[in-house]
Parts: sequence; C-alpha cells; structure tokens
Amino acid sequence: MKKTLLYTGLLSLVLSTATAQDDVYPAPKQNKKTAITNAMIHVGNGTVIENGTLVFDNGKITYSGAAAGAPSAETIVDAKGKHVYPGIILPASTLGLQEISGVRGSTDINELGELNPSIHSIVAYKAESIVTNTLRANGILLAHVAPGGQLVAGQSSVVQLDAWNYEDAAYKIDNGMHFYMPSLLARPGGGRFAALLALLGPQQPADPVKAALDRIEGVKAFFREAKAYHQKDAGKEINLKFEATKALFEKKQKLFIHCSQVKQMLVAIDFVKEFGFDVVLVGASDSWQIADLLKQHNIAVILTQEHNLPTLDDDDVDQPYKAATALHKAGVLFCLNDDDPQNRGRNLPFNAGTAAAYGLGKEEALKAITLNAAKILGIDDKTGTLEVGKDANIVISEGDILDMKSSIISGAYIQGRGIKLSSKHTQLYERYKHKYGIK
Amino acid sequence: MRRLKFLFSGLLFATLLQAQETFHINGIGDKRDGCYAFTNATIVKDAQTTLTNATMVIRDGKIVSVGNGVAIPKDAVVVDCKDKYIYPSFIDIYSDYGMPQQQRQQAGGFNFNAPAQLTSNQKGAYGWNQSLKTDVHAYKIFSADDARARPLREMGFGTVLSHQKDGILRGTGTVVTLANDADNFLIVKDKAAAHLSFNKGTSTQSYPGSLMGTIALLRQTYLDAQWYKNNPVATTEQGDGVNITLKYFNDQQTLPQIMDPSDRAGIDLWNVMRADRVGDEFGVQYILKATGKEYQRIKEVSATKAPLIVGLNFPAAMDVEDPNDARLVSLADMKNWELAPTNPAAIEKAGISFALTAADVRDARTFMTNLRKAMEMGLSEKAAMEALTKTPATWLGVYDKVGSLDNGKLANFVITTGPVFAERTSILQNWVQGKKYAVNESNWYNVAGTYQLSITSASGTTSYTMDVKSNSAATVIAKDTVNATFNFDGKAVKFSFAPEKRSRNNIRFSGFSNGDSWNGTAEDAEGNRMTWTAKMSAAPVAKKDSATRTNTRGNLIGATMYPFTAFGAAENAIPTQGTYLIKNATVWTSEKDGKLEGTDVLVKAGKIARVGKNLSDASATVIDGTGKHLTAGIIDEHSHIASASTNEGAQSVTSEVRMGDNLDPDDINIYRQLSGGVTTSHILHGSANTIGGQTQLIKLRWGTDDEGLKFKGADPFIKFALGENVKRTSSSNNNRFPDTRMGVEQVLTDAFSRAVAYEKALKADPKGTRRDLELDALVEIMNKKRYITCHSYVQNEITATMRVAEKFGFRINTFTHILEGYKVADKMKEHGAAASTFSDWWAYKVEVTDAIPYNAYIMNKVGLNVAINSDDAEMARRLNQEAAKSVKYGGLSEEEALKMVTINPAKMLHVDDKVGSIKVGKDADLVLWSDHPLSIYAKAEKTMVDGIIYFDREKDAAMRKQVLAERMRLINKMVGEKRGGRPTMPATPSYKYVHTCLDHSHKLGMLEIEAEDIHADNQ
Repeated sequence: MKKTLLYTGLLSLVLSTATAQDDVYPAPKQNKKTAITNAMIHVGNGTVIENGTLVFDNGKITYSGAAAGAPSAETIVDAKGKHVYPGIILPASTLGLQEISGVRGSTDINELGELNPSIHSIVAYKAESIVTNTLRANGILLAHVAPGGQLVAGQSSVVQLDAWNYEDAAYKIDNGMHFYMPSLLARPGGGRFAALLALLGPQQPADPVKAALDRIEGVKAFFREAKAYHQKDAGKEINLKFEATKALFEKKQKLFIHCSQVKQMLVAIDFVKEFGFDVVLVGASDSWQIADLLKQHNIAVILTQEHNLPTLDDDDVDQPYKAATALHKAGVLFCLNDDDPQNRGRNLPFNAGTAAAYGLGKEEALKAITLNAAKILGIDDKTGTLEVGKDANIVISEGDILDMKSSIISGAYIQGRGIKLSSKHTQLYERYKHKYGIK
Repeated sequence: MRRLKFLFSGLLFATLLQAQETFHINGIGDKRDGCYAFTNATIVKDAQTTLTNATMVIRDGKIVSVGNGVAIPKDAVVVDCKDKYIYPSFIDIYSDYGMPQQQRQQAGGFNFNAPAQLTSNQKGAYGWNQSLKTDVHAYKIFSADDARARPLREMGFGTVLSHQKDGILRGTGTVVTLANDADNFLIVKDKAAAHLSFNKGTSTQSYPGSLMGTIALLRQTYLDAQWYKNNPVATTEQGDGVNITLKYFNDQQTLPQIMDPSDRAGIDLWNVMRADRVGDEFGVQYILKATGKEYQRIKEVSATKAPLIVGLNFPAAMDVEDPNDARLVSLADMKNWELAPTNPAAIEKAGISFALTAADVRDARTFMTNLRKAMEMGLSEKAAMEALTKTPATWLGVYDKVGSLDNGKLANFVITTGPVFAERTSILQNWVQGKKYAVNESNWYNVAGTYQLSITSASGTTSYTMDVKSNSAATVIAKDTVNATFNFDGKAVKFSFAPEKRSRNNIRFSGFSNGDSWNGTAEDAEGNRMTWTAKMSAAPVAKKDSATRTNTRGNLIGATMYPFTAFGAAENAIPTQGTYLIKNATVWTSEKDGKLEGTDVLVKAGKIARVGKNLSDASATVIDGTGKHLTAGIIDEHSHIASASTNEGAQSVTSEVRMGDNLDPDDINIYRQLSGGVTTSHILHGSANTIGGQTQLIKLRWGTDDEGLKFKGADPFIKFALGENVKRTSSSNNNRFPDTRMGVEQVLTDAFSRAVAYEKALKADPKGTRRDLELDALVEIMNKKRYITCHSYVQNEITATMRVAEKFGFRINTFTHILEGYKVADKMKEHGAAASTFSDWWAYKVEVTDAIPYNAYIMNKVGLNVAINSDDAEMARRLNQEAAKSVKYGGLSEEEALKMVTINPAKMLHVDDKVGSIKVGKDADLVLWSDHPLSIYAKAEKTMVDGIIYFDREKDAAMRKQVLAERMRLINKMVGEKRGGRPTMPATPSYKYVHTCLDHSHKLGMLEIEAEDIHADNQ
C-alpha cells in the first residue's frame, strides 16, 4: 500500500508542477533509507541484476543485489518492469556557462588569451541554468564543465545537477586542465576551393602546419618553465599561471587535450612522455585509427559527438557510429559525450544507443556514459556504478534508457536525494495541454 | 640609364615594323614588303592537308601562295626549310591577353555579419547590377604586352580571342594577334564574341550571392533585355529610362556567346549543364568553357550540344607518402588526377565540337606536355590540330584570316623541327603577321648526330668520332669513350673533353656553325693552340615518340563511377529496377491498415504491386523479411543536401531563385541518407531572407544526374523565413530591411501588394508589362499554383504571417521548424497550415528558448498534420529515431510517430498519392529495417526508390572493400609518380564546401568548410 502511494507521489512531482521553473527546488538531503525493488538493475560495470533491489541511505548505496537478502528500508519504490541505471555523466560540456548560444551576454566560455591555466570554470557555473533540468529529465545527473578557448584554456570541474549554487553543485573541483590543440591540417593549396580560400587573406600563415607546431611547442615550453618553477624554494614571487599547473604535475588533475586529427593525437603523446601527465583526448573522431597506440600510452578518450558525418566521402557511412567499438576492442578507456548545441547534451543516452547498435552492445554502451566517464573524470570512487559505497546517483527508466522510444525517466536520485524531473519544458507542456484540454 | 635605353630600343623596334599612314615618323622611313619564301618544307596547311617539299610565299604580313612548284618572287628572302615543318599557328579562344590587370576578387557572397551593398557602384545610365558589364569592349581596352605574348608564342599561338574576365556579363571579346607591333595592326576582329560567366568577379554588390542567384539574374536579364528592345515605353521615364547595359546586351546577341560556367566556388562539372540550360531557355547556344571533368558525365555534357573550350590543366599527382596525409585525400580527387588527361579524348569521342585553350596552364612546357598526355589517352592529332586552329577561327568568323595556311590569310605560322605534337619536336620560329619571332632557333640545325672531328695542331691532325646527342650533350670516342661537356646555341658551339679517362689533358673547343660544318679553335691543358673542324657523318637514330603510343605508362586506368565519388557505381553496376517480393515482414503501412504482421509486398515496375499474405510471383527476386520491418521510405521535409548553393540572401525578397537550378547529384549525403532509409528530400533555400527561393523536391536516386533527382509532377514550393535570421540578429550592422518582426510583416505585405499590381498589369498589357520572375512566383502563390514552407519559430510571427496570407487570399501550406507551434496550434489549424518541426532542438538562440520536445505531440493532438524534419545532413540519417522521440515526449502511438516521417510529410508536400505509405499503386519507395523502425537499434538494410535498390547493406560492405582497394591502387600509383621523379604537389585534404541554412550549427566533419563562413572570416 505504502509503496504504491509513494510511487504515485513521485509521478506527481514529475508531471504536475505547471508553474515557473523557479519552483523546481533542489531536493533536501536524504533522510529516509530508501529501497528500489523489483528492478532490472544495470550496475554500470557490465552486470545486470534482474528483479534486484537497490538500497541507499544517507546518500550512499548500501545494498545492490538480489531481492533476497536485501535490508529493509523506510521508503520502498516499486520499480517493477522498470530499469535502474547509474546516473549518467555528461563528460565534456559548457553547461551552466552558457544559456543561449546566440546571446553573447549569456555566454561565459572563452576567455581572452592563449595561456589561461588559472581560469576556473566552476566560478562561472550557473546552477539554475534553464538547460540543467532538461538533462536531468533524461537521466543525466552529473556534468563535466570546461572552459573553451585557444591553447591552454583553464580548469574544469564536475558538477551534480541539483543545487542551489555552484558551491553546492561542485562534485569535483578543478579535476581537469584543458588544452585546445591547433589544427595540423594543410589548407587547400589549389583546386575547387583555392579561389575562396584565397579570400581568407594574408592572415593565413604560409605554412599553417608549422605555425601550429610552433604554437604547440610554446605550450610545452610553458609547462617546462612551470615544472622548473615548482622546484624553486618558498618565498618566490608568485606566478599564478605556473601555480595553476601544480595539480597537473602532481597527477591530481588530468590534461584534457581537445583534438581530432591523427597527427594532433600523435603530438598529444608528447604530453605523456615528456611531462608524465594523465592525458585525455577530447573530440578524437579519428582516434579509432590509432587505438592501440592510445592504449599503449594509457591515454583515455572522450568521443564528443558520435552523431556526426564521416570525415571523408570515402569513409564508411557509419564510421562515427562504430568508432567507439574500435576503441573498446583495443582496450582504450573511453566514454561518450553529446555536444550537439541544438539539444544541449540531453541526447547522450541515445549516442550510447547508437554505439550499442554499431557493435558495442548495450551494457558496454552504458558503461561509456557512466563508469568510464567517472574513471576519466576521476570520480569513479564516488559514482559511475550502482555498487555499495558509491553515491546514490540513480535513474529509473520505464524501459531501455538507450532507446528513445522507451527511454522515459520516471525517477532520479542525486546523492540519495529524490530530485524533481520537471523543467521549463514540462511546465510549458502542462500549460498548453491545459489550453487545449489535452489529457 | 640602362633601363631607359632598353625602353627606347623597344619603341624603336615597334615603329620599325610597319609604318602607319596617319602617324608621324620620328626618323627615316623604312617601309618594307617583308616578302619571304619558305622552301623545301613540309607544309601542313590545315588538319586535312599536308604538302611535302612545298613552298610558301608571304608578303606584307599575308600569305601569297602555298604549294608545290610555287614561283618564288625575285624580291623574296628565301628560307630553306628542308626537314622543317610549317603549321598554321594556334588560336587561343579563351585569353585575357592585353587586358588591364584586374583588381583582387571580392568575396561578395551573402554574409550575415556584414552590411549589404544593395545597389550598384557603377556611375552612369547603366543597369541595376554591378556584375553586368556589357559596356566593356575588349578591343577598346586592349594593348599589346610582349611579356605576356612571348610565352603564348612559345607554345605556338599566334592569335587569341581576348576578353576581360570579370563579371557575369563581360561585354565583348576581340581577336588579336600576338605580334609585337602598334595595337592598331593587331586587331583582327574588334567584336568577335560576347562573354558571360557564373562569377561576379570584382562586383562588390551583394546580389547575386549564390550560384542560383546568378542564374536567376541571367534569366531576368534576358527577359529585361527583350522588354527593353520590344517596348518603346521601356526607355522612357515610365519604363526604366535609358539602360546602357541592356542596350549593349541586345547588340551583343548576334555574336557567339562564350560562357565560363565556373563560379566563385571553383569548378563544378554540373555548371556546364546548368549554364547550357540557361541559354536553352532563351534560344541561345553558348560555347562553354569546359571544367576538365566532362569525362565524368560525358552523356549529359554531350546532350547539351554545346561546343566546348577545353583546358589542359591536369592536376599533378599528390605526395601521399605520408599515410596520414593520404587518408584525407578523397577517392574522387585521386581518380580525377588519373582520369583528367582522358578528358579531351572523351570529348572528341563523344563527337563534341571543341577548341583547346592554354588559359589554365602554368607555362609553355606544361601546355605541350599535357597536350601529349591527352593524346596518349586517345586524343587524335587531327582533332587537336583543328581544336587549335580551324575550330576556334570558324566559331569566331575569322577563318578567312587565320586558322590555316591559305592564300590571303595572315602569315601566322610556326616552323618546327618535326610533327608539331611530337615529343622531340621543337618550335623554331613563330611568325605572326609576317614577322619572325624566334622560339628555339638553336634547334634549326639538327645538331644531333655523329660527327667527324679533326683537330690540327703543330704536331699534326688527330681525328675523333663525336656523338652529339643534343644541344647540350655529347660523347667522344677517343681512346676511351668519354663524356664531353657540350653546348650549342644554334650558332656558337663550345665543348671540352679529355681523350683519355682519368687524364688531366682536358681540351677546350670554341667555334661556330657555318652551314654544314663547324670550325673553331681549341686549347689543351698545356696551352697548345689548335684549330678544328667537325662534319656530320650520320644522322641520329629516330626514337619512338610518345604521342604515337597510347597510354605508354602501361598502367591500369580506373573506370569512371556514377556518381564520381566513393560508393558510386561502375557503369555496368548501376542499380536497376527489379521485381521484388518481400516475404513475411512486419509491414508498417502508414495507412488505415496500420501495422501488418507476417505480410508480403510485391514490387513491380517501380510500383507497389500487391500487399498481402502468401503472395507469389515467379519473376520476382524474393527478399526474406522474416523478423524484419518494412516501412515506406522516409521523407525529409527540410533538407539542404545535394545543392551547390543554398542561400541567396542579398535581398529580402528573392523568389526568383530556384534550388532546382543548382542540384548536386554527386553529394555523398544522398547515399548516407539512403543508408538511414530516406528516399525523398525537400531541398529548401536557406533562411537568410523573408521570401527565399523556390524549393526542389527530390528523390534520392543515387547515381543519376541533376535533372534525374527531381521528383516529377510534384507541386512547386517556395521557402519563406521569419524572425532572427531574416532580421539578421547576429549582425551588429545590418542595413538590409527588415531589422524587426514588424518589418518582416511589412516585407511580406509589400511583396504581395506588388504581386497583385503586377498580375493586374500583366492581364491588362501582357506584352508591354515587364516580366518579373520574382513577382511571377508570388502570383503563383496567390493562384495556388505554388505553396509555401515557412521557417518560423515564435508565435507572434506565425500568427502575423497567417494574417498576411489570409489578406491576400492564400494559405501558408507548411510552417517549418515551428518550435512555438504548440502555442498557436489552434490558430494554425483554423488557417489550414501543416507543421514540420525538429523533435527536441532548443536554446541556440533567443527565439527558440520556449521550444519544447512536446511540440510535435501537442500539435498532433490539436489535429495538425505534423512532420519531423532534419535540416541537417547527419540527423537526416536518423529521422526514424527523431520521430520516435514523440513516443518519449508526450506518448504518441508508434504508428502515429512513424507517420511523422512518412505519410505526413508526403501530404504536406502534396505527393501522398505517390509516396509516403505502403499502398498498392504507389511508388516502390521502401525501407527494410533490421529491427523495429522506431528503435535506435534498427538499421536500414535495403532502401529502395522506384523499385530500385539504391542502398543495400550487404552491397555496401562489398563497396567499402572496393573503395579501399581503389584508393590503395591510386595511392601506390601516386607514390610511384613521386619516386619516378615526376612532379608532385603536397597532399591536399579533400575539403568539402558545404552549404547550410545558416540557422544553427551543423555537425560538420573535420574537412567540411561552411561556405558562408569563408565570407564571414573575410570581413
């Protein structure tokens, strides 16, 4: 009796708040031990528990397994016929740094300058962004928020998506440093585009590849000097830019190198070899071509946009869809992302669904948006799977979360807190259903 | 000082040539007859006639007589041309020789961020558009320029048709010779041709900013000119007043019309067909400048019946040794490298009349090398000769003056050492208007051969045999056979050698050629002086010439593909219509019947013949559909693939432009979308302006030509747009009206008010009223002969636009995007509009902040006909999944969801009688899915259009292997070129120049360049 009632209560939270989004309050701290029962539990590490029970208390998962042997709980959520997943992680985004991409005033992504290691994305993160709730409604509960720019753009943080402010939202601060590598592609020298590209004018360097390599060398020189700076005794004059690299050298932070071309990725290996950094490639659309090398050098990959056209007319029509499978087969640690600026990241589960369809399989695809992302972002001690001891970041879906026709989210918890799934979208939906008398 | 002297001597030289009656002479008169007799020559009078041991006499710059046994005038200077060949010099029909240097080309395309230049900068009583330069007459601005004439003469040219290569209409061209003389003597024909192009050149005016705008401008100009000519009122204040541009345009219609169809984006093969169609509309047959890729679609090119001007600029092999560089070069680019030299032969074989031009080649050497390469690939010598002489002369009406060696013609000819196209032949002299210009005179005497060298010194005479291989190489047979350093410049000869190997006694020789022997002095290492003579004892052994061989490289040449890109089909593998019986599938009919389990569908003659259980047909190929799902082909209501330009945004009303004018059937996205089950796409103009261009519905018939893509019999549509894009929100300095939604409403009202007045005027005075293509399209809308699909986002603009339409008595057929349609679905229903929307896009600009993914669901529930569109070449491959999102957002039934990408858009586009559902009698546009068609796990296994399987996943797997094999063959061949020491260029990634609507960002690949970005960057 009690559990049915509770479930209905949850539903009403989802659908009936037809007011302004300002009423979608962050949830209070978990105060009742909760059990999700009768669920198909996708742990996120490849294991699936049919008819399982998941118990969490004080924001942490305390039980994850068969119904038999599950501890009792104060609140029971019956998830019969439903699927339970770890909270999905959006691993490369500008969430909260930009409201409307077409409006400059609403955008805090790119700082001026090419060496900004001391920039912190977290201080500009808008916890109450109108976009956030639309992600939660699709099961995305955590996001990695990074600054954009040229060359060394600054530091990123991981946030959880149910917070009053950025300090509440912070899940892991300054977990990454971001380096946007310049293109190493030759510009067209002739042919069809020559006339047009000539119009780009004299600002184009004579040899853009060499110019780009010079700029990359400049970044390396910066890190060399930074390393030397850290050897100096105390009492030295503070250099904020050098100071900002400390965590990177101490391996408390990873270097996220944004690039996609094979040559760029080969150059990226330098940052492992010379500086010993933990390197993650972001973008990496051509990474499938050098998967074994990446594995060899322990370089992880964030495939930023799987729903993309192939690079070349000659490429297999489904090349971007199956790139993840190639990385998986080579044993590369990788995760998937959705950086489509028109849907703002909410289709991440479906990017994983595509990868599943093109060779990865469903549970590996799920890993690619949960556990693998957590590992790459350095938060796998706290989240990424539904294992005991981890934060209760949980999503309940009516069906397969990777397939849009059944990916209907009916419940979600962040750190054990049952969050609301309403958003500006559901509110406008309710408003106009009311107008037209749609049931 | 030195420079001054040089200048002066040049002047002197020029005045010496011919005296001009009306000009004063500074100095002493020097009138000459210039009578020469060239004897004992092989004279090739024209491609048909060769005379051996013949004589040609010239006088006063003209040919007096040619033949065997011709009398030699007493006052003739006799030039013995034994072993020499004489040819008419070549004519280049596509030159800008002697034209003033042009300014830098302007970007000039439509740019969201830049202020527009809405009117022409040209002062005077000229037409409205700055790119129409009919007032330019090449003969008025021509001035000889010997620095540019010399390389042309070295290639064998004596005459050119020169014009100023600037603008869409370029005025007239003039036939001139390449003599170095007073300009007055050089003009053979003052106005010989009229010139056109698809490139607006230095015009800074915004319009036209696209290929289709250019075509529309040409079309309208033909109509305007006819009106100007036929209607007295046109030239008055009631008309347009005096219009010099149109006056000249009309005057020039009697001339040959030479069209360069390359546009500012570069060289696109389909521009040949596009240009020809413009001419055809007005009864004009253009002579077209070829693109170099005609071999790829020779049937279509041939069908234009256009004479072609063919260039010889073949791409060099790329340096693809680096596999990462090679990876980014497309198969199409590599194949074009291999096949481009076959282009002239393909054109000849197709029976197309053609002339050759040197306009595109870098230097003289390349011209002949490439011409020979074309011959190796099958171009006949006779055709090459005609294409360089008689053909252009005949086109230009100057064959009475140039193009052959006949009495009375200009004495424009070349003297060569052998057959003019042979590999080892050199041009000795190029005579223009009876005046000699030396080219490789040093080869006049055939220096190669075996010589007896006699050296006389104090100690007596020594003889050696010397084997002279060329002007710069010789060996001497002394005690040993030794290499000599050797140089002969046509008169002076220098060489040195040591008679014994490893000997220090190097003897240095210096002398001159005196007819049949060489005489000179020499000095040995010890300072002993000697004299020497040498006489040829044997002629060299002739080597086989490359031009007489065919494809000597002996390498396999790949076949062309349809289309000419990866995943195109070989000629014998083009898919054809079949009879198919799909057995035991789950059939989603998108009809009343709904979803039918275990059902068969028979496809015959391109149509759905039967739908039912247990069907059989002996003639059918059976496709097992067990466990699979069959749906109608997906219809994308909003697409920008397969077109060469998308936005003509230079004005707020451009209803005259037509997407159908610039379809691109080679776009790989056609194939990619077939792989996602799409069979019909509505190709829309972009959203840069309020009234955009006319749209084109296409079927994805991969491999067909541009006309073959068109969906025959479909109602015509047009694109409108509202809101931020048309008021150019992203620009901080917009000067194009409108700048607000208030202005947008008035642009619409004004346009239709003008259309009403126009229609009235047209009815009252059909002959006297100027045809206006822009307003024609709007009149069609009002008469329900053309329908609107209107880009729209917010509710106020949607309502306001419906009200404007209602005021003028028509309806908005479709609102596309329509992200706030859910707010005014009731009003739209009342108006009768359909809705074509994105499933879940939002927050990329202010006007989409209220966009919600429940939009499609709400509009459907209110009773609108709702479709889901892509507007994106990537997402179009997953439209079934986009439709599935209305199951997720709102809970629409699966069958209703699928209809949003099948029968609903078919209805919206008025083609539901032909496509959009599985119903007997409809076109067999079908998709066989591996799984539930709304599932993310479903893959299109077979996609069929008109009963032709254009995408087959199994065949695709085989083609991937073929693409790789062909790529590797070409990469290896290019690497071989490099290692063989032949010239290569750096590997150039095959960038793709893509067109988008400019509404939102697109998922562009690494090599894709958004066309409009280039213009934006240029600001």
